[in-house]
Amino acid sequence: MTQSNSPSADHIIHISGLNKSFGDLHVLKDVDLTVCAGNKIVVCGPSGSGKSTLIRCINRLEAHDSGTIQVDGKELGDDLRAVEEVRREVGMVFQQFNLFPHLSILENCTLAPIQVRKVPRPEAEKQAMALLERVRIPEQAHKFPNQLSGGQQQRAAIARSLCMTPKIMLFDEPTSALDPEMIKEVLDVMLDLAEGGMTMIVVTHEMGFARTVADRILFMDEGRILEDASPTEFFDSPKHARTKEFLSQILDQTGH
Amino acid sequence: MSMPSRESSISPAAWMRANLFATPVDGAITVIMGGIIVMIAIPVIDWALLSAIWVGSDGSQCRVEGAGACWPFVTAKFNQFIFGRFPDEEQWRVISVFVLGGGAIAWLAWPNAPAKARIAVFLLMAFPFLAALLLAGGVLGLAPVETNLWGGMLITLVVAFVGIVASLPLGVLLALGRQSELPIVRLVCVGFIEFWRAVPLVIFLFMASNMLPLFFPAGVTVDKLVRALVAVALFSSAYMAEVVRGGLQAVPKGQFEAALSLGMGYWRAMVLIVLPQALRHVLPGIVNTFIGLFKDTSLVYVIGLFDMLGVITVNLTDPVWFSAQTAATGYVFVAFIFWIFCFAMSRYSVRLEENLGQSRGANSYASLR
Repeated sequence: MTQSNSPSADHIIHISGLNKSFGDLHVLKDVDLTVCAGNKIVVCGPSGSGKSTLIRCINRLEAHDSGTIQVDGKELGDDLRAVEEVRREVGMVFQQFNLFPHLSILENCTLAPIQVRKVPRPEAEKQAMALLERVRIPEQAHKFPNQLSGGQQQRAAIARSLCMTPKIMLFDEPTSALDPEMIKEVLDVMLDLAEGGMTMIVVTHEMGFARTVADRILFMDEGRILEDASPTEFFDSPKHARTKEFLSQILDQTGH
Repeated sequence: MSMPSRESSISPAAWMRANLFATPVDGAITVIMGGIIVMIAIPVIDWALLSAIWVGSDGSQCRVEGAGACWPFVTAKFNQFIFGRFPDEEQWRVISVFVLGGGAIAWLAWPNAPAKARIAVFLLMAFPFLAALLLAGGVLGLAPVETNLWGGMLITLVVAFVGIVASLPLGVLLALGRQSELPIVRLVCVGFIEFWRAVPLVIFLFMASNMLPLFFPAGVTVDKLVRALVAVALFSSAYMAEVVRGGLQAVPKGQFEAALSLGMGYWRAMVLIVLPQALRHVLPGIVNTFIGLFKDTSLVYVIGLFDMLGVITVNLTDPVWFSAQTAATGYVFVAFIFWIFCFAMSRYSVRLEENLGQSRGANSYASLR
């Protein structure tokens, strides 16, 4: 299953020697990562291990200190135009949803296509409705974000990202802020997306989701990727002691 | 503004028992405060209405012992009060400007009026130039009217309008600049804000009027009113910047990040996502600054521009209208006019807030009893 070492043109993300510090805190240490189109990667690890920072570097919400990041053939750096081109192709779903509270759900979905991609409004609305249908909340289109439940808001946020027809989707702990009964509806949408062939990098502790969806699971600790393995290898024969410890903690806790 | 329904069906007597006389202490406070209000209200009403002089062609009747307000003074000076020394035969131009501007503002304030966007563009883009053209003249066969002839409500409204229209966008830019990642931009903005906020407006007006011309090359003159307008606009934009900064801080960083992650650049993300939320958060502060600015316009008096307050003050020396009550009457009248404008702004902001949902629901502490 692991394709990370095959040098080929379909490496949609290529990261090498990535370092990032916040002041004295060295969050990412010489991280290398290659992602092929269609990969579904789950990133897990204890809090503070750098997993969120890693995916935030991929659309340059964080600027890295050294190393290179290539996304969809473009190098991320100080060239703002390249950064914005990459961001158009990379959707991101946040822990706190970050829907725009002053816009309706439909406007949340159509704003970027209309403003950034210059899609005509009727077409953008049609596409947004189709995607809201896909995340199963078409009836919420004309409501405002604060009128929706957490699960509905996160599904709307996923639809909003999909409206830009991205090639890659990044998920930064998408279910961590949700009440337990709403987690499944969001994971189901993500599952559906994975089955559709989307390239996905998901930071999550939902190990059930990781087992079914991921073709690679990364385990991060103290700014390094310690484990990069298929789900079977990861759960059945983890290489690192830290991975075993983490797995036993998290599996105990969630009762899997 | 609706009364809670649980109170609407209660009789006045029951309402008073519940709200004014619920306990002996409440009752005592009500009686004492009521007494104070009556003690103040009776002489005020007597002065302004009952003993007031209503007609007269000079101040002779107002000089009578026990006379109240001298209202004929206001009527006699009314033209000056509105137009200053603007020539009589050209005053239709001022009236046109008032009607155009007032009409556009009323249109925008009207709920659900059509084509608001176009009216707003007219008011902010076309109207200032049209107004300047009409008022100053000198083109299209309009006789030129020097700005030293402008006065009264005209000056008040010109200074306030220019200050309000210029200070919001400038303030927004300064607030954004203050948060910039570029050290030079940040330094310039912080320096600008701290400089203008730390010096009284009166000093800027004096400097604009007396010192600035010394620095201009020979032969270059800038109209005194224009200099005052620039000073007022820059001064209030420094205040506005700090109000807007508060609003920007109230918008979670995730909003900006979400906009960026959708491929929007800095300006799109700011204009479409962050600023609409930030300005909503601080709407009361923005209107507060506008009201402060509106009242500060009376300071242009110190550099020889005669706004509403200036016109009245100058006319107090008119021997024809000399009386013990003239000054009080004039000041009360000016205060009342200022109050009407500022109160209208305040009420409009309350309604805007209600429409934007900021004063309802979870944001209102009043609902947490």
